[in-house]
Amino acid sequence: MTEEIIIAGFGGQGVLSMGKILAYSGIMQDQEVSWMPSYGPEMRGGTANVTVIVSDERISSPTLTFYDTAIILNQQSMDKFEETVKPGGVLLYDPNGISKHPSRTDITIYKIEGAKIAADMGNTKIFNMVVLGAYLKVKPIVKLENVIKGLKKSLPERYHKLIPLNEDAITMGMKNVIN
Amino acid sequence: MAELSVKDIIKPENLVYEKTKLMTDKTLSYCPGCGHGTAHRLTMEVIEELGKENDTIGVAPVGCSVLAYEFMNVDMQEAAHGRAPALATAIKRLWPGKVVFTYQGDGDLAAIGTAETIHACNRGENIVMIFVNNGIYGMTGGQMAPTTMIGMKTSTSPYGRDAALNGHPLKITELIAQLPGTTYVTRQAVHTPAAARKAKRALKKAFEQQINGVPGTTFIEIVSNCNSGWKMTPNDANNWMEENMFPFYPLGDIKVDGKLIESK
Amino acid sequence: MGELKLMKGNEALAEAAIRAGADGYFGYPITPQSEVIEYLMAEKPYERTGMVVLQAESEVASINMLYGGGGTGKKVMTSSSSPGISLMQEGISYLAGAEIPCVVANVVRGGPGLGDIQPAQSDYFQSVKGGGHGDYRLPTLAPSSVQEMSDFVPIAFDLAFKYRTPVLIVSDGLIGQMMEKVELFDQMPRLTDEEVFEKYPWATNGKPKGGERRIITSLDLDPHKLEKHNHKLQAKYKEITDNEVRYELIDADDAEYLFVAYGSSARIAQKSLKLAREKGIKVGLLRIITLWPFASEIINEFTEKGIKGFLSVEMSAGQMVEDIKLAVNGRTKVEHFGRLGGVIHSPEEVVEALEQKIIGG
Repeated sequence: MTEEIIIAGFGGQGVLSMGKILAYSGIMQDQEVSWMPSYGPEMRGGTANVTVIVSDERISSPTLTFYDTAIILNQQSMDKFEETVKPGGVLLYDPNGISKHPSRTDITIYKIEGAKIAADMGNTKIFNMVVLGAYLKVKPIVKLENVIKGLKKSLPERYHKLIPLNEDAITMGMKNVIN
Repeated sequence: MAELSVKDIIKPENLVYEKTKLMTDKTLSYCPGCGHGTAHRLTMEVIEELGKENDTIGVAPVGCSVLAYEFMNVDMQEAAHGRAPALATAIKRLWPGKVVFTYQGDGDLAAIGTAETIHACNRGENIVMIFVNNGIYGMTGGQMAPTTMIGMKTSTSPYGRDAALNGHPLKITELIAQLPGTTYVTRQAVHTPAAARKAKRALKKAFEQQINGVPGTTFIEIVSNCNSGWKMTPNDANNWMEENMFPFYPLGDIKVDGKLIESK
Repeated sequence: MGELKLMKGNEALAEAAIRAGADGYFGYPITPQSEVIEYLMAEKPYERTGMVVLQAESEVASINMLYGGGGTGKKVMTSSSSPGISLMQEGISYLAGAEIPCVVANVVRGGPGLGDIQPAQSDYFQSVKGGGHGDYRLPTLAPSSVQEMSDFVPIAFDLAFKYRTPVLIVSDGLIGQMMEKVELFDQMPRLTDEEVFEKYPWATNGKPKGGERRIITSLDLDPHKLEKHNHKLQAKYKEITDNEVRYELIDADDAEYLFVAYGSSARIAQKSLKLAREKGIKVGLLRIITLWPFASEIINEFTEKGIKGFLSVEMSAGQMVEDIKLAVNGRTKVEHFGRLGGVIHSPEEVVEALEQKIIGG
C-alpha cells in the first residue's frame, strides 16, 4: 500500500500539523512515511501545503506531481491542486470559503464542513482534526488507535489533556463527511 | 694573574638574566628594535612563572607575528587572518581548565578580524587577548593599518593618512572596554625596561584572572614601533612613538575589575 | 531497534551530532538549515552529554571555531546553507591544510548569490573540486533521506578522524525540511579530556609534560617543505579514493540505462525509475553516496558491460555529469537533466528526459 496525499490551505489552518499527525500514525503501525512541506516566505500567513506519503515500502520521491488524495482547504489550493489528483483518486474539501467548487468527474469528491463543525464544538483549533477524521473515513489507511498514539507522541506532555477533544473531533469528521 | 676566560664567568652564581625556557632557541624573525620579541618573551615568562607550561594553548595571527608559534614554546595554533578570537573561543569552551590566549597585530585584530574581536569580547570569552599595535602592516611591507595615525605615511597612504580619504585611526581598545564582557582592559608599551616591567605585570594580572576563573575577557594592548615600516632607526622610532602615538593611544589601565577607569 | 521518531532532516542531523558524541557545535542561522542550531539550543546537549553549543557571530567565525576546537582533538561540527558555506571556504582550506578533523554540513539552496531558499544541488563543484584555495579534497557524504541525515554523522566523524580531514555532509533544503521516520542510533560516549590527549598526539591541548609542544598550522614558507606536505596530502586523498567510495545500485541488474543521482534527486529518480519501468524501459539507478571520492569504477564497469547510456539527474546546470563523463571517457552516451534555481524535478519529466536525451537521442 502506498498513499500519496497533498494537504493544502492557509497557514494557521493546521495543515502541517495534520500531516504530521498522519505521518506519526503511519509510524505507529510500522509504515514508512514522509512529510514534505512547502517552506519559506510563502508560509508566513500565506498558503501552506504538505505532501504526506504513507507506504509499506521505502518511499521514493517525497515531492510529487500527482496524488492519490488531495485535501483542500482554500480556493487558491483548489485552483492549484484539483488537477493533480490521479484519475480514480480522491478530493476532500471544506466548502467554507470555496467559490469555485471542484468539477472533475473522474475522481471521487467528498465534502466536510470542518470549520463549521469545529466552531459548533467550541474550538476552531480542532478544525484540522475534523478534516483528518473525514479523510480517515474515506481512506482508513491508519487505525484510529494509532492516530491517538501518534498524537501522544507528537504533542508535548502538557497538551495531552486535549487528546480526548481531538479524538471527538476526528469522530465528528468521520460522521459528517459527505460524498 | 691567570687570564680570565668566558667559561669562568658563565657560572650559576653570576647569572643575572636567563631566557625563559618557554621561548625556543629559534632566531626571532623580527627586525632589530621591534617590540614583538619583548612582548613574546614577557608573555612566555608569565606563563612559566604561573606554572602553566603544560596547560596553555596560544593562538598566533597573520602578520609579522605569524610565526609566533615558532618562538613560543607551548602548544600553539596558527589562525587565518583575523580569526584568532574565534579559535580561542572554541578552545576555551572545549577545555575550560586550560589557559588560552591570542596574540594579534593591528590589521589582524582591528581590521579584518574586528567582528571576531568584538564578539569574543562581548561574549566575555574567558581568554587573554594580546594586541600589538604599531600602526602599520609590517609583514606585507608597510601598508596603512586601522590604527595608523593621521598624517602618517605608509605605502598605501603615501601622502599621509587623511581622514577624509582613509578614515580615522581606530581606538579599538577603548571600544572593547565599553563591552560588558571584558573585565580587564589595559594599554602598555615594551620599549623601555620600565615599560616592559609594567607590561609584564599587566600580562600577569590578565593570565591570573583567567586561571582564577574571573569571568570575562582580558585585553592587553601593547603600543609598539615598526622602525622598518616607519622608515626610522629603532631609537628614532621609539622617540616618534612616545611623541606621537602615546598622546593618541595613552598608556595605562582602561578597565579594571569590570569597571572603566574614570579619567580615560 | 533504536528509538523511532518523526523528524526533519535538520533535526535528525542535530540529534545525531549529540548521539555521535560530538564535543562542540558552532553555527550561524540560515534558511533552510536553521533547525539544526534551534534543535540543539532547545535540547541543551551541554546537560545531556556535556557538548558545547554556540551561536557564532558569522559563518566565518563558526568555521574558525571548528579550526580552534578541532585543532585540540575534540569532535566539532558546524552546518549552514550555500551562502554560508561559501563564507566558510577560507576556513575549510585552512582546516584541510592543517589536517584538522571536523564535520561541515551544507543544506544546499538555490544560487548563485543570495539565490533562494529552495532545494538545489548547485554546490557540487564547490564541494568536490576544492571550494577554497589550494590543492585539497574533502570526503563528501550525500544523504538522501532523513535516516541518512542521522546515520551519516558518525560516519563523517569516523572519516574525519581516520584521515585527519574536514568531511562534508551535503544535503539540500528538501532533505533538511522533510520529515521522515528515523531510527536513532544509541548514544555514543564522548571521549574524556584524558582520552583525547592520549588518542590524538598531534592535537594542541597543552604540551605533554617533558614532551615537545604541538603546532597546528597550514603555513610553511619553504616551498620545498610545502611541496612535501602537499604530497603527503595527496597520498592521503589517494588512500581515501581507494577505500571510501560509497554508492547504491537500485534495479541495475538488468538495466540498459542508468540514472545517476544523489540526495533528493536520487529520491525523485527512484520514482522516475518506477514510472519508466511501467512503460517497459529497463532503467536502473546508481545513487552516488560519496560525491568525493566518486564512484568512477562502478561507472567504468557498467560502461564495459555495454550500458546504453547514463542520465545524470541533478538540481544543477550539470556539475556531477562532468565526473560521469570522466569515468565514461566517451565510450557511451552521457547526458544531463537538471532543474535550476531551487526548482525540483518532477518524476515524470525525468522519464521524458531519459526518453528524449538517451533513448531517442
